[in-house]
Amino acid sequence: MNEWLTTILIFLPIGAALVVWLLPLSDRGAGSLALLAALAEVGVWINALTRFEFEDGLQFDHRYTWFGDLGVSYHVGLLDFSLWLVGMTVVVMAAATAYAFWTGRERARAYFGLMLFLTGAVVGVFASQDLLLFYVFFEAMLIPLYVLVGVWGGAGRLSATLKFVIYTMAGSLLMLVSIIALGLTEGTFDLSRPFTSDNPLIFLGFVAAFAVKAPLFPLHGWLPDAYRESSAEVAAVLSGVVSKAAGFGFLFIAIPHFPEPARDLQPLLLALAAAGLVYGSIVAFRAPDVRGVIAYSSLAQMSLITIGLFALNDFGFEGAVLQMVNHGLISGALFLLAGVIERRAATGDFARLGGMARGRPALATLLMTAGIIALAVPGSAAFAGEFLILAGVFDEGWGWAVVGAAAIVLAAMYMLRLISAVLHGQTGSSVPDEALDLRPAELAVIVPLLGCLLALSAWPAAVTDHLNFG
Amino acid sequence: MTKPVVDWFAISPSLALLAASGLTLLGAVFVPVVARKLYSAVVAALGFIAAGVWAGLVFSESPEATLELADTISRDRFAAFAQIVVAGAGLLAVGIAYGQRTRADHVGEYYAVLTAAAAGMAFLVQSADLMTLFLGLEWFSISLYILCAIEVDAVSSLEAGLKYLIVGSFGSAVLLFGLALVYGATGELGFAEIAAQIERQGLADDGLVLAGLGMILAGLGFKASAAPFHMWTPDVYEGAPTPVTAFMSAATKAVALVLALRVLVTAFPAEDELWTIAVAVIACVSLAWGNIAALVQGNLKRMLAYSSVSHAGFMLIAIAADNELGGRALLYYLIPYSAASLGAFGVVAARERELGERVTLDNIAGMGWERPLLGVAMWVFMLSFAGFPLTGGFVGKFYVFAAAYDTGFWWLLLAGVIGTAISLYYYLAVVRSMYMRMPAVGLAPAGGSPPREVILQGSVFACMGVTIGSFFAVQPLIDLAEKAAAQLPF
Repeated sequence: MNEWLTTILIFLPIGAALVVWLLPLSDRGAGSLALLAALAEVGVWINALTRFEFEDGLQFDHRYTWFGDLGVSYHVGLLDFSLWLVGMTVVVMAAATAYAFWTGRERARAYFGLMLFLTGAVVGVFASQDLLLFYVFFEAMLIPLYVLVGVWGGAGRLSATLKFVIYTMAGSLLMLVSIIALGLTEGTFDLSRPFTSDNPLIFLGFVAAFAVKAPLFPLHGWLPDAYRESSAEVAAVLSGVVSKAAGFGFLFIAIPHFPEPARDLQPLLLALAAAGLVYGSIVAFRAPDVRGVIAYSSLAQMSLITIGLFALNDFGFEGAVLQMVNHGLISGALFLLAGVIERRAATGDFARLGGMARGRPALATLLMTAGIIALAVPGSAAFAGEFLILAGVFDEGWGWAVVGAAAIVLAAMYMLRLISAVLHGQTGSSVPDEALDLRPAELAVIVPLLGCLLALSAWPAAVTDHLNFG
Repeated sequence: MTKPVVDWFAISPSLALLAASGLTLLGAVFVPVVARKLYSAVVAALGFIAAGVWAGLVFSESPEATLELADTISRDRFAAFAQIVVAGAGLLAVGIAYGQRTRADHVGEYYAVLTAAAAGMAFLVQSADLMTLFLGLEWFSISLYILCAIEVDAVSSLEAGLKYLIVGSFGSAVLLFGLALVYGATGELGFAEIAAQIERQGLADDGLVLAGLGMILAGLGFKASAAPFHMWTPDVYEGAPTPVTAFMSAATKAVALVLALRVLVTAFPAEDELWTIAVAVIACVSLAWGNIAALVQGNLKRMLAYSSVSHAGFMLIAIAADNELGGRALLYYLIPYSAASLGAFGVVAARERELGERVTLDNIAGMGWERPLLGVAMWVFMLSFAGFPLTGGFVGKFYVFAAAYDTGFWWLLLAGVIGTAISLYYYLAVVRSMYMRMPAVGLAPAGGSPPREVILQGSVFACMGVTIGSFFAVQPLIDLAEKAAAQLPF
């Protein structure tokens, strides 16, 4: 049973996607089935968590030769940090699916099938133990995202998807070159085998793909459009879940298999990440709408995670993994809240928002909670993550830690601005007079995400104590 | 002089198709008009199935490559593999063609010429000397000239036929000139003997041989529509009846490239330093030209034509690699490429019949939602062309790139990657149009939807199955390709 667990985690949602696509279900039926599958996926993950033996390295691994002449196989399995990332993924995907179900989407069968397919692809990325398989899942994520943004997005969706795809594919194809070069040089594509390469060009191919996906400054050109034009739950998935594929790639492939190039290019990557952190934070502070703030804060947070990764020590790695889980949940919750706000006010512009706290205690509480965790108030999970990252990077040079610490201050500024612009002050021109607080369905989606965050705030060591970086 | 022993089994795929061709021609005279279309299509389909089965038998019964028919025909797995691809393409092309509104008095001839063309192709890939090479090439080319022009009422079809005839004849003439030069320099017709003579007489740098080699490359480049020999492709692909285009884009390209690989490695191993570079350059030009020109096409058939030019480029990368991995890559690539190409033109044919006009990016708007099966299938074909995972196109490109890297052609690998990146724009434009744009008013066909074309949709579905299936079943397919490629003298 154990060896099938990872495969089940990958193919349960993909199988459910096929069912949703092929059976002539009603819109409601398709949504319910998708939600059920997403919840079942969470259940399977919890099952995996209880069976997982931390300290034992790769587990639940399953291997099947795919094309033997070049040494490519279907090899999946979970490491401790991939287990946590998968957990974050299934939770956020379930929340996003539920949000879409309760909001209602046109062409529901296509929509929910794509969401499920996306879940399977992301889990596949985190579970791949073979280079080519990793690429397959990495690209497979793009297919549903392309349609989800392009069909169900806002008015500027066509150019947003185009930008998104061109950026992503340019990076991915460079990674494909690297994968071919690395795999043929090593004679196998299996990643569970320890091997290292000192070729900086191959390393850069991987970095290109991950730097676009994260995104890292200055490759973030696709980000604002994609996050603004997609529907709220897809933006939540994009920034919360999909961007973590990049962090995972750095942590799982680029850093351990290229120790020398990673060390050599550490200053460059730290500098790019620091630039992105400061730039993202400042633009987030100046952004005119809710989504803009969250989008650029996402850029800043991914940069911070990259700083942690390229600290190249255990503190940095632990902080980065914890922060990836945190940010997935926070960003997911914030984008869903942005969707909630937009549904009520029909706009996300701060100029036309304000005073929404009045008569909407639930909305105010949830937004405050999410915002305060996001700005890494001491005691929160995000604080633990950022602290570890800064501690890690401090060893590499105190200057990087200073930039990181400054960014935490900036994070406080933009998050508080967001909270006050939406909740407080004069009632905005677009804010309806009827109170319309969160409905139970909306609560049922967002509260679990925040619940996970509060649990992690109480016990961040649940993640960090269960990580080993050999 | 004794009569040569004839190994009928070795040429059985061609014979099966010729028999089918003859039977359909007889049917065009003896079968009453009402049943003629059904009869011809069924006979042609049976011919393709028989050819495929015979080719499969030849594949399994030929563990060693042998020369037959006075050493003019090679009986080997390499040819048999290509014949299976041709037979499969032909079978699907019959399915795509069946619903086409052709004139009743031409329908028998249509299938007769189609099977005759395929017979020529099956013959060509087996050729082991210059005479059979040219014979096979002209055999299928002449059939295709007729097929392109078979809709005599449509000006565009006539124009396509004429253009193809003129440019194709020019290509054939160049090829023939090249063959003559090589024969003149070496005094041999057989591929292996040519190589031996070049070796023995030290002709590797001989001007006649080199000029001949260059002309052979150019002539085959015409047939494979590799740039810069692709000028006829967009016009002919656009003007010819869509099912014919579908068959041409898959089968013609396949046999021309397979034959090119055979000639180059069998007859000219001494010049491999030179022709690998030449082929690599043609590949780069094809990738650049095909992809960039496709960007600006609004007409779907023209776009697919330029896309086929760029795919010739990808397959030429495999040839330029000049190793067994390259041979394997080429043969594997043919499977998803042919399926996706046939399927994409099949979808175009379906839309064309629905609208009664040329299919453009504008008038497929919203089609993905109206016609779910065709829409999803087109999605899959475009992804396969663009080399996305979950389709065989990805594995094909992966093998091609791996072959290029293995030989040390890293710049060719980069060219392929850049070409792929550019191609995304126009492949995804099709998807964008089908799913993300709403149909303009007034495009709905008068009198409601036409009846569902079960055969056409079944063929498209089969193409989709092969395109996706070849991604998951890489191992068995690559095993076959490996066995086939191993019989070439790399």
